[in-house]
Amino acid sequence: MFTKPIHTKLLYIVIFVAALLLPWYVPDAYIFQVVITSVIFGIAASGMNLILGYTGQATLAHGAFFGIGAYGVAIMTEAGISFWLALPAAALISAAVGLVVGVLTLRTKGAYFAIVTLCFGVIAWIVAGNWIELTGGHNGIYGLGDPTPIPFPFFGPIEFTTQTSMYFLSLAALLVVLFALYRLVYSVFGLSLMAVRNNEPLADAVGINTFATKVISFVAGNFIAGIAGGIYAIMMASVSPSATSYLLTFNFLIFVILGGMATLPGPVFGAFAIPVLMEFLQFLQDYRHLIFGALLIAVIIYFPQGFVGGLRRLNQKIAARRKQKTSES
Amino acid sequence: MLRVENLTKRFEGLVAVHELNFNVTQGEILAIIGPNGAGKSTVFNLITGTLKPSSGRIFLEDQNITGLKPYQIASRGLSRTFQTTSLFDQLRVIDNMLIGYKYRTQLGFWNTLFHTPRWRAHQKEAFERAMETLNFLGLAQKSEQFVPALSQEEQKRLAIGIALVSKPKILLLDEPTGGLIQEETDRVTDLIRKIRDQGTTVCVIEHKMQMIMGLVDRIVVLNYGEKIAEGSPAEVKSDQTVIRAYLGEEVDA
Repeated sequence: MFTKPIHTKLLYIVIFVAALLLPWYVPDAYIFQVVITSVIFGIAASGMNLILGYTGQATLAHGAFFGIGAYGVAIMTEAGISFWLALPAAALISAAVGLVVGVLTLRTKGAYFAIVTLCFGVIAWIVAGNWIELTGGHNGIYGLGDPTPIPFPFFGPIEFTTQTSMYFLSLAALLVVLFALYRLVYSVFGLSLMAVRNNEPLADAVGINTFATKVISFVAGNFIAGIAGGIYAIMMASVSPSATSYLLTFNFLIFVILGGMATLPGPVFGAFAIPVLMEFLQFLQDYRHLIFGALLIAVIIYFPQGFVGGLRRLNQKIAARRKQKTSES
Repeated sequence: MLRVENLTKRFEGLVAVHELNFNVTQGEILAIIGPNGAGKSTVFNLITGTLKPSSGRIFLEDQNITGLKPYQIASRGLSRTFQTTSLFDQLRVIDNMLIGYKYRTQLGFWNTLFHTPRWRAHQKEAFERAMETLNFLGLAQKSEQFVPALSQEEQKRLAIGIALVSKPKILLLDEPTGGLIQEETDRVTDLIRKIRDQGTTVCVIEHKMQMIMGLVDRIVVLNYGEKIAEGSPAEVKSDQTVIRAYLGEEVDA
């Protein structure tokens, strides 16, 4: 019932192989760093997509939950806790804060929910900059150590000192997150999220607890944001209030919208394509934001499901035309 | 089956429903009729928990359901449709059915994430029940289509299907044939009869007198939020108060 066409599967396999081999053909360390950042932002944007794209709740606090994950890992590893314990713990803290915020704010709808979550995002940023004992204030926390090596039979321990190891760590996390989202989204549970997005009174009338559904989606999405933030902190070996900033939220939002809301590959595609696009538009200096703004509006109007959604529509049209041709001949 | 006791709903300065009493008995089709603004849809919204009654009580199989939330009432076996056809129009026909069946399953977050044996069993059961219902509705061929591709009649059928798929004890239909032409109305009427014959109690709001007269066992007539008559179609048809309320316009149709 929830299957994909063969050529789409092939495309995913090609991308997967290309991703596995990337460290051997990436030209330099700077670009490698950009790629790793995109992988991590892709994880975070995927979490936002669960809340915004699939459940239809316009959260603007995603950067804050990313930041909670980042600070969580930074503070815990500084205290001597292993990164491998700190990462899930930080993600759980993100989820727990998400639960409290969600229960308080998800009673509001639409633009009101967006405003309330934006406020929470700004509060988190202010706290990160001013609770000096815990967060180190505006300087943040720096000099985080590498994750401890994982003992591995035959090959010896896997070290996490190089960019390549950091890349595979983030890639593995992205794949696990996408796999989990795939299971959640392509299921009756996933349909209940979309039911809430599409027609909340009807979802309510058919026995779906819409409030609980929204809370679950919000908590799960923020757990994912926490994971992304935690990996980001250990990769940068530091964390500062900018990791909780609402500017980050709007980056994620753009990745989700331009890449493709309510599509699994969309936000990841966005996280890779937008930085590249920005790089290409560098010659326009600050005017590039103008072009970017126009592009954003055009996509929202003409491609509400972003780039991936547009591709899918094109694909369906081609398939329909082929069908027509074969039935004519 | 369903019992409404002294149900009253006041909006600011307006009494929409006043001291209403009626029963729906197991296995019957009961119609609620009345002129526009008589409070019919308000009664449905009160029963299903969309609105909170100002006073009065509602019982489903002797359980007090007054003040419960819509999803709680639905999961006790009371389903409804809406006056303006309400569907999940971004999704496929089969998806609409699966959503309608979800509360009967254990297809929650953790079971789905870990694909537990329970998840497998329930997912299979949900698909089977969804297809069974689509067959019953005559929509099985359209299961993979998106809702906007359906005709108006098919959309009306689907709306009934979403409410029916979870095997409710009682089904509340709000103008199930509104906006349909005669031929389509007849087909939907047949469908409602078939639903009752399968053992589901039905309560229906309608305007089309001819359809009501041939379909239902009993009629409750509302006017200005009050019950002005109750009885078999024949009794109601000859009731002077009812004729006056309608000014004879449709009753003799």
